Amino acid sequence: MNARDASMPLLELAGVSKRFGNLHVLHDVHLSVEEGEFVAIIGYSGSGKTTLVSILAGLLSPDAGEARFEGRPIAGPGPERGLVFQNYSLLPWLTVRENVALAVDSLHPDWPAAERAACVDRHVAMVNLSAARDRRPAELSGGMRQRVSVARTLAMDPRVLLLDEPFSALDALTRATLQDEIARIRREQRRTVVLITNDPDEALLLADRVIPLTRGPRATLGPSLPVTLPHPRDRRLLQESPEFRKLRREVIESLLSLGARPTTTVTRELVLPDLEPEDLSLPRTWTPRSGPRRRRERQSVAVSVEPDSN
Amino acid sequence: MTPDPLTSSSLPVAAATAATEPPKPRPAASRLSRGFARVDWIVLPLLGAAFVVLLWYLSSATWAKELPNPTRTWEASKPYILEPFAKRGELDQGILRFTWLSLVLVAKGYAIALAIGTPLGFLLGLSAPFSKAFDPLIQVLRPVSPLAWLPLGMILFGSWKGANVSELAALFTIALCAMWPTVLNTAVGVRAIPQDYLNVARVLKLSRWKTLTRVMIPATLPYMFTGFRLSLGIAWLVIVAAEMLTGRPGVGGFLWQQYNALIYEQIILCILTIGLVGFVLDRLMSLVERRFKSA
Repeated sequence: MNARDASMPLLELAGVSKRFGNLHVLHDVHLSVEEGEFVAIIGYSGSGKTTLVSILAGLLSPDAGEARFEGRPIAGPGPERGLVFQNYSLLPWLTVRENVALAVDSLHPDWPAAERAACVDRHVAMVNLSAARDRRPAELSGGMRQRVSVARTLAMDPRVLLLDEPFSALDALTRATLQDEIARIRREQRRTVVLITNDPDEALLLADRVIPLTRGPRATLGPSLPVTLPHPRDRRLLQESPEFRKLRREVIESLLSLGARPTTTVTRELVLPDLEPEDLSLPRTWTPRSGPRRRRERQSVAVSVEPDSN
Repeated sequence: MTPDPLTSSSLPVAAATAATEPPKPRPAASRLSRGFARVDWIVLPLLGAAFVVLLWYLSSATWAKELPNPTRTWEASKPYILEPFAKRGELDQGILRFTWLSLVLVAKGYAIALAIGTPLGFLLGLSAPFSKAFDPLIQVLRPVSPLAWLPLGMILFGSWKGANVSELAALFTIALCAMWPTVLNTAVGVRAIPQDYLNVARVLKLSRWKTLTRVMIPATLPYMFTGFRLSLGIAWLVIVAAEMLTGRPGVGGFLWQQYNALIYEQIILCILTIGLVGFVLDRLMSLVERRFKSA
């Protein structure tokens, strides 16, 4: 096991491409995450964000290029790259405590039961859910479920925390609370975090670096924007900060310019049908007609009819 | 730190209402309608049953002269019902003894069906090549009636020395017919496990055995129980046919034997017993199912 060179990035994507059948989702993606960094990747819906984070986690392997963790290629998923799923993925037949215990028990099978239980309780308390320890996911709100998911991932003690649009399914108020929790946990534990989001404000609030993901297909990462706002960042004060507004403008600009779809021009010979416009100057009647009325459609024709004399 | 509204207990505290005044008399209409609702549940089924009994009387008097009418049926069935545990001969026992004999055989056959069917269902759900190899065969074997499997069972076990051939053949038939709902429902359940749960297991690097026992089996349980319930219904159906063909003592055997002895009164009794027991088994199974589904 070689010691990692201090200059080597913790997590790296080098020229990664991924296709699903005919759909070329990601193309030539380059990413480099240093230890202790908070990187936010921001992009449109359907641009391949979940594919990207699955490759980072090791659930998918790239078709071209390489995904590297600590300098070595990623062979598969593992607890060192802890993934918080977009859909929480809590096992519904287990309580909150049992869900977190699943992670603790599989990571530390040799610990005595009391120590494992203490670890579970510690992580549940870390996300402020001690009161709901014995409830099942069906009895929890969306925000609480996402916290359990975060607690479970933190219980794996990962080197990198991967968050796949963790708050997109929540309302704005819960989102604000959970963003603050993530910021607090990150501050207290100095973890490396990669956050996938579609909200520029969230990215600027939490991250050290924001990287836009262009629109799919063939999505790639655009140039990264460093966020030089000082910590701790208060969302109320940030609104006033000109630095924040400038950064926000830059992020949105880069997203919009990278999101412009390439257009192609097609020239074809078309035979246009003969059309005459409906004549609106003619008085309308109440009877339903099968088609529009044209100016020359109605004509008065006088016909002489001879009575039958027999 | 401000208290987080999301974590504080949200159980509403029921306000205690002090009864300071006597309860107001309820309007007559609602009391009458509540009474009717209760009466509905008892009176209407009784009316339905009475209608059927009336049809029975009419039928046995007119177009089905061989069918004994309800009075004669009751008279002839009385010894079997009122002495349900008596044993006067191998094929002349109280109705509950017969039921017990049938149930014992059903239990054995059902257990075999589940023991074979559940792993088979898992294999079908997990492995696409296995499914492609055996699914056509299963679809062909599924509609085969128990009456066709029984002779095959007799042939297969006929050469075993000292074996109770008719019992083995009956077990074979029950297992083979009752297996299919379990197999197919389990396979569907395995295929329906959300990929996210499996991804969680992969990220946690759970062993294959742990993934199976801690993630896949609990996720498939609701489907498996639907299969179990359907399988129990089929097993009970098959036992009657199996007993009729092999002449074993049991509800079906009794029915067939009475028919052959030209004593028709007990046939209706047997039919009612078979139906009632099937209904009770189904209810019990759905209670078990509900308990597991809520977990």
